[in-house]
Order: sequence, then structure tokens, then C-alpha cells
Amino acid sequence: MLVVRYDVLVDVRLRRGIADPAGATIERALPALGYDGVVGVTVGKTVRFTIEATDKVDATSRSEDLCASFLTNPVIEDATVTVTPADDRSDA
Amino acid sequence: MSTTVGVVVFPGTNCEMDAVTAVERLGGEGRLLWHADDDVAGVDAVIVPGGFAHGDYLRPGAIARFSPMMGAIARFAADGGPVVGICNGFQVLTEAGLLPGALQKNSGLKFLCQSTVLRVDSTDSVLTRRAVFGAELSVPINHFEGNYTCDVETLAQLQDDDRIVLRYVDNPNGSVDDIAGVCNEERNVVGLMPHPERACDDLLGSVDGEVLIASLLDSSPAVAA
Repeated sequence: MLVVRYDVLVDVRLRRGIADPAGATIERALPALGYDGVVGVTVGKTVRFTIEATDKVDATSRSEDLCASFLTNPVIEDATVTVTPADDRSDA
Repeated sequence: MSTTVGVVVFPGTNCEMDAVTAVERLGGEGRLLWHADDDVAGVDAVIVPGGFAHGDYLRPGAIARFSPMMGAIARFAADGGPVVGICNGFQVLTEAGLLPGALQKNSGLKFLCQSTVLRVDSTDSVLTRRAVFGAELSVPINHFEGNYTCDVETLAQLQDDDRIVLRYVDNPNGSVDDIAGVCNEERNVVGLMPHPERACDDLLGSVDGEVLIASLLDSSPAVAA
């Protein structure tokens, strides 16, 4: 069976109402640096990996499963998963 | 025969000897359990201690929950074995699904290392059965992610089932409903952010943790039988 590689980007965000000390600290520091009018700062994390799959549907389904079972805690976090054909130039 | 308490060690755990020392001061026997082993070696009770299992990478407890030992502890708990998670151990138990909710970062944005006063709000758990209802205990905390949170349905369930066993008298970290410790439905798995094992010696400024550790020693099937 043909195996195709996909690059996966998982954007993990704290759910609304969950304490975000890093975002709050950055936002509080901005006026002192001369950046006024910047609000809603949040800090999350990005996880990137390459997955081998039969097709994009397979890659997306397994990545979302991995995301739900391990990469995020649904009590406090949300995530979006973006799947694109792998950029294999790094293997050259 | 004394109660043997297994104390789990993950890479990055750092409170295991505090737990063993407290257990042994109270007449039990402490035995370290390595996270990569997949059985609890016949112990009577389990403590998942504090520290930074797997460096707290990804989220506290997120990687630890996949250790073979956690499968063994889930089976031990399902058979009624007493399990207590302290601090990082509480985070591990929530990630493993043995306790509801999650621990988010402290609302005051600071790491907290201080004494707190806990109120015993249920004596029906393996950690509080020897305590007096309403008693106030001086027990230290030492955490950045100790702000307990859960959805409103879960909170209502915990309240209705009297599963909030310990509350902060003066909430230090923003935990919903002042929650310091909760138990599972069967009341044999308890998680708490404060460190009772560090309040078992006059030299440490409090012995109020003794009643909690002693409750765990009393809760083992070996004693109950």
C-alpha cells in the first residue's frame, strides 16, 4: 500500500476562562514597552510532526485522535489540527 | 503486620522519600515502585508523590499517565486499593482519568510555596477517614499548577456526592469552590495539591499531615480485613 507523508501542525490553546499567566504577563508588560491598545494576548503551544498515512483523511483522523488522547487535555485546552502534504526537502 | 505503601517514582519525581519517611514514621513500610514496572508488587496502598514527572513536558502528568505502572495502579484502584496522589501525583491521576477535572496554573500567576490551612469537609475517603469533620489542618503547598478546575456538571456532582474532601480556608491559587482535594466515586482514590507528607514532623512546623497519612495506612485492605 502506498504510504504518503503529511506534515501536521497542532495549535493548542487554553480554553476560555482558563488561567493564562504567560499571556496576562505579556499583556501587562506591553504599555511599558510603548505598545498601547494591544489586548487579548494568549499564549498556547504548537506541536509539529510528520505522519505516514494512506491519504489525507487517514492522516487527519489519526492526528486528531492523537491530539485528543495525548496532546491536549480537553478539560482545559482546545486545539486545531492542520494537515498538509509533507515538505520532504529536508530529507535531501 | 505493618501496611506497605508503594510510592511511585517517575523520572523527575522528587518527593518520594518525603512520602516514604512519613509512612515509616507512622509505622508503615514504604516501598518505591518504578514507573516502568507494570505491577504494584503486592503493596497495600499507593502514593503517587510530587515532583515533575517527565519534566512536566506537554502538561503535568500527561506523559506519566502512559507509564506501565499507571495501568497497574488503575487495576489496583478498580479492585478497591487505596491510592493517593499528592501535588504532581494529583495531576497524574487527573490526566489518567482516575479523578475528574484538571489542574490549571495558579490564578495569581505565581509559583506558591507556603503553609495553607485545609478544612476537612468529608471524612469518607481513604485519606480522611481518621480526621475530624471540620478540623483545620496546617499543610504546605508547593506548586504552580494547582488551580483545580472542572466543568459545572462535574463540580455539581462532586458537591452532591460529598467528594470534595479538603478545602482551603483561604484559597491561595484560585481553585474552584476552594478545592484542595477530591476523591473518586468509590472514595478509594484521592488527589490533593497540598503535601501532608511534609507536615509529619515537628521540625517541619506542623504534624497536621499525620492524620491524613495515618488514614491511608488504616485504609489498606490488610488493615480492613
